[in-house]
Formats: sequence, C-alpha cells, structure tokens
Amino acid sequence: MRSYLSFEQPLAELDAKIEELRAVGDKGGAVAIGDDLARLEAKSQKALVDLYSNLTPWQKAEVARFKARPHCLDYVAGLIEEFTPMAGDRSFGEDAAIVCGFGRFRGQAICVMGQEKGSDTETRLKHNFGMPKPEGYRKATRLMELADRFGLPCVAFVDTAGAFPGIEAEARGQAEAIARSTEACLQLGAPSVSVIIGEGGSGGAIAIAATNKVLMLEHAIYSVISPEGASSILWRDSAHAQEAATAMRITAQDLVKFGIVDAIVPEPLGGAHRDPAAAIAATGKALDEAFAQLSNLTPDQAREARAERFLAIGRKI
Amino acid sequence: MNWISNVVPPRIRSLLRRETPENLWVKCPESGQLVFHKDLEANQMVVPGSGHHMPIAPKARCGFLFDGGRFDELPLPEVPSDPLKFRDIKRYSDRLKEYRAKTGAPDSILLAQGEIEAVPFTVALHDFRFQGGTLGLAAGEAIIAGMAAAVEKRTPFAMFAASGGARMQEGAFSLMQLPRTTVAVRRLRAAGLPYFVVLTNPTTGGVTASYAMLGDVQIAEPGAVIGFAGARVIEQTIRERLPDGFQRAEYLRDHGMVDMVTPRHEIRPTLARMARILMNRPTPSADAA
Repeated sequence: MRSYLSFEQPLAELDAKIEELRAVGDKGGAVAIGDDLARLEAKSQKALVDLYSNLTPWQKAEVARFKARPHCLDYVAGLIEEFTPMAGDRSFGEDAAIVCGFGRFRGQAICVMGQEKGSDTETRLKHNFGMPKPEGYRKATRLMELADRFGLPCVAFVDTAGAFPGIEAEARGQAEAIARSTEACLQLGAPSVSVIIGEGGSGGAIAIAATNKVLMLEHAIYSVISPEGASSILWRDSAHAQEAATAMRITAQDLVKFGIVDAIVPEPLGGAHRDPAAAIAATGKALDEAFAQLSNLTPDQAREARAERFLAIGRKI
Repeated sequence: MNWISNVVPPRIRSLLRRETPENLWVKCPESGQLVFHKDLEANQMVVPGSGHHMPIAPKARCGFLFDGGRFDELPLPEVPSDPLKFRDIKRYSDRLKEYRAKTGAPDSILLAQGEIEAVPFTVALHDFRFQGGTLGLAAGEAIIAGMAAAVEKRTPFAMFAASGGARMQEGAFSLMQLPRTTVAVRRLRAAGLPYFVVLTNPTTGGVTASYAMLGDVQIAEPGAVIGFAGARVIEQTIRERLPDGFQRAEYLRDHGMVDMVTPRHEIRPTLARMARILMNRPTPSADAA
C-alpha cells in the first residue's frame, strides 16, 4: 500500500480507482476495462508529472520530510562499501542522531557522516529524529580530524530539522559543538562534498555541510529556520508557514541560483520515496562527478577553494 | 497608570512624558531602584547599586574601552541589500530603513580600531538595537572585514556579541554567515593573533554557533543570556520548566563554556592583560601606565 502526501490526494483517488478496475479485471470482467485502465493510468501519470513539476516550496518541505523518503542510512547502504560505523565523542557519549564512520565510495576510502532520522518508531527514537546533541557534532569533529590525518575525503548526508533544543544540549555547549564542527569541515585538507538529502535545518545542518561542494536533492529544502519557526517569529502566529517557506527561498532551484548550492540531484518522478534506489543511484553519480572535479587539489588548495567558495556567497547576487 | 493617562489623548501624553523627569530616571530591572540617566551613562550603563548590566550602544562602549576614548571607525563593506526581496507583515527593506534611521548605522556591526592600555586592538561590536543585532550579509561581511583588518595591522581582535541570531529575512544567506565568519576566524588563528569574544546580553542562535563561541578567550558579562536554542523553544520541546539561571553567563561558566564572567568595568584591563600575555609582550611599568 503506497502512502500519499496530503497534496497528493487527487492522485491517491485516481490510483484507488485504477486498483479497483484492476481487481475487477482480475476477476475476468468486461473487455472495455483494458481501455479504461489505460486511460486512467495515463491520467494518473500526467497528474503526477504536473504535480511534481510545480511543487510549491511548502509542498517540497512536505516531500523533504516525508517518512517514506530514503534517509541517511539508506544512502550509506546503497553507496558506501565496507561501511564501518564509529561511535562516541570520547568525552561524554554516543549520539546516534549523527551517523559517522569510514568506508569506500567507488573504491576510494572515505569518511562518511550524516544525520539519520530513523524509519519507524523504534529507530526514530534511537536516532532522536535526526536532531543531534553536542556529542554528535563532537563525534563528527573527531572523525573529520581523523580523516584529515590520513588525507581521506569526506562525504556528508544532511537531513535534520535542526540541532536538538534541550537543557542538556545547552549545558554541554550545543553552540560551541556546532561551531567547532563547522570549523573542522573548513580545516579538511582532502576534498569534501555534502548532499542535502531531505531537510537542511540551519546550524544543525551547516555543521557538517561546510564542504567544497554542496549538492541538493531536487525536492530537498535548506533553510535558516523552519517555515513554522519563521511564521511564529515573523508573522507572530503559526498560520503562515506556507508563506514563510516561499519567502525564505528554501528550494534547491533557488539556492543553486544564489550559489549556495552547486548542483541539483534529480529525483525520480514523484519524489525520492517512490523509487529510493533511483534517488540513491542519482546521488552516487552526482557525488562521483563532484569528487572528480576536486581530485587534483593539494590540501592547501582544497582548504582555500572551500574558504573562497563560502566567502563568494552573497557578494554578487 | 494614573488618572492623567486615562484622560489625556496619546499624542499629548507623549509630549507630557517627555517633560516629566520619568525619562531622566532609569529603573533597574533587577532591583527596581531608580538611577539618574547621567549617572548610569557615566558608569558604563551598569546600575551603580545593583551592578545590573544594562545594554550599552557600541559607540558608547568604545568610548570607555579605548585609551582616552579615541578610536577609528572602520568603513563597512558594501553588500547587496535585501537579497530575497523579503516581506512578512512588513517589507524587510522598510524595516532596514527604520533601523538605519533609529541607529544611524547601516547595519548591526560597528568596526573600530584603537589602543587598549597602549595595545592596538581591532574590535567589532554588535548593535542589538539594529534588528536585534541579527546576522545577515552586511553583519557577516563586516565581521570578515574586521578580522581581515586585524590580520593586516597584526592586532588582536575582540568581538562584542549581542545578537538574537541569524537574520531570518535573508534566508539561507544569513545561514551562510556561519561558515563565512568561521573562515575569517581561521585566518585570524593562522596569523597567530589572539581572538577575544565578549558575550553580552543577549547572544543567541546562529551567532553562538559560529564566531561567538570560537574565541581563544571567552568572556561573558554578568547575567548575560547566552545560548543556542531559545528558552521558549526548549520549553515547548521538552515540556519541562527550565532551571533557574539557565543560559545565563554564570551558568555557562559553571558548565565550562566560558573562561570568565567579567564585569563591564573589568573588560578593558582584562583584554589588554590577556593580549599582552598571549602575545608575550612585557607588562607596562606602573609609572608608564
């Protein structure tokens, strides 16, 4: 049974009719069903194309957050061979909201990190819904420093609503942990690439996304604050999230124009959740291309190119 | 409220108020005591009796910070204004106009160079009055320019933070100021120059998640609210009451997040002393000072 997003309701109704017809057909129904079925299927396909070629920023936020969307560990499983997860920040604890480890991408040894949201109640709780605490960012910092010592490139799969807002997170220095992790990204001598696969939620995202290249999935979002948060602060009520999503320009299509994102990874028709394998394969191809463009950099050049990439943002619009 | 405020129309009321001594007296939010505004200003906006630290405007602070109150203001880089053509209940471009008129500054950062106890310093100060001292393209670019000026003149750099965080009206451009300013901090470090951060009330959000927490020496003013997530957001998320003094300067010190909580009057000698020590320069003799 396919699950539908709220704005996909007309599509869901069409698909339900198609299913009904098929059931009738299977029971050995009339000849005319074949034609009706083909017509409805074409209609459903067209509706899907129309819907997904004109998603509003708010609808993209819904797609980006959709539970059925592939998450960090799906990308790791699909793209990283010999993945060996590593745990802990060596001073306080282990934070499963950020997955870190080493492995190989297309044969190249690589450091991997990313926020994991989880795929069912149990794993969502385990990974704290992909909202990292300071120890998560400190683990990422530790692994980036380790990768740097061995000259290994880094890849980050970014998917978080934001860093966890909690008493302990503040007491243990959430802000400082994010700042140091961002700094560790900028310090890397080997090439680094990040992919916003779902939600790029503010500081909690940038902490692992200050990379040489920043890729973004076609329907992912990347933002300084959630549309809901912006609505309650700027409009002083929660009813303007859709407006805020539009006004803040959170889509890959806008961010590429601004030079904040380098390239868009195309998603299968109807979003990554309709064909996770295709989305993951497209991401692998885009990562491969991005790393190929960075392959000849010396450590100083990699650092300098990364610094200049970020400094150039916003100087000319 | 007294009977006159109920009877007199608002316009006349504001005229009346200007004439009353009310405005000449400032109430301490901590102790409730009334302080004559000139006494408060002369005391660096610290309430003489209670020691409560009131907000201080960047230029006024520079007047107390630098030797003889002398400093050069550095020009701020030009940046694209309102990159998203943003509008909420108001146009962002109109908000900018209002804050510029109110503060006389182009955005939320003031850059200054001068000497502190004869040690040349480059300083950046957030102006909380300018849209909550928020961090957008203009502020980010100004901080980068300030840090570059310190590298060029080979001076230590001090950042006086007071900010509500990222400027939402600039969307991802404001978020990009986190890595951008961090690049500038790294260049300061690479040049071997000390970086001081003075956290003042309040410093929150994206500003703390970048340059404001990356200082070599982290100083906080007493009672300042400092934190990443807003207290209200935390309360809504965890549905618990926050502990007393949560996210205050003293709380951060007790949790190992800042080196010291330093009263405003002590910041000038602390900066000068630590700059001399970190740069291994001699202590000035008593008669020279």
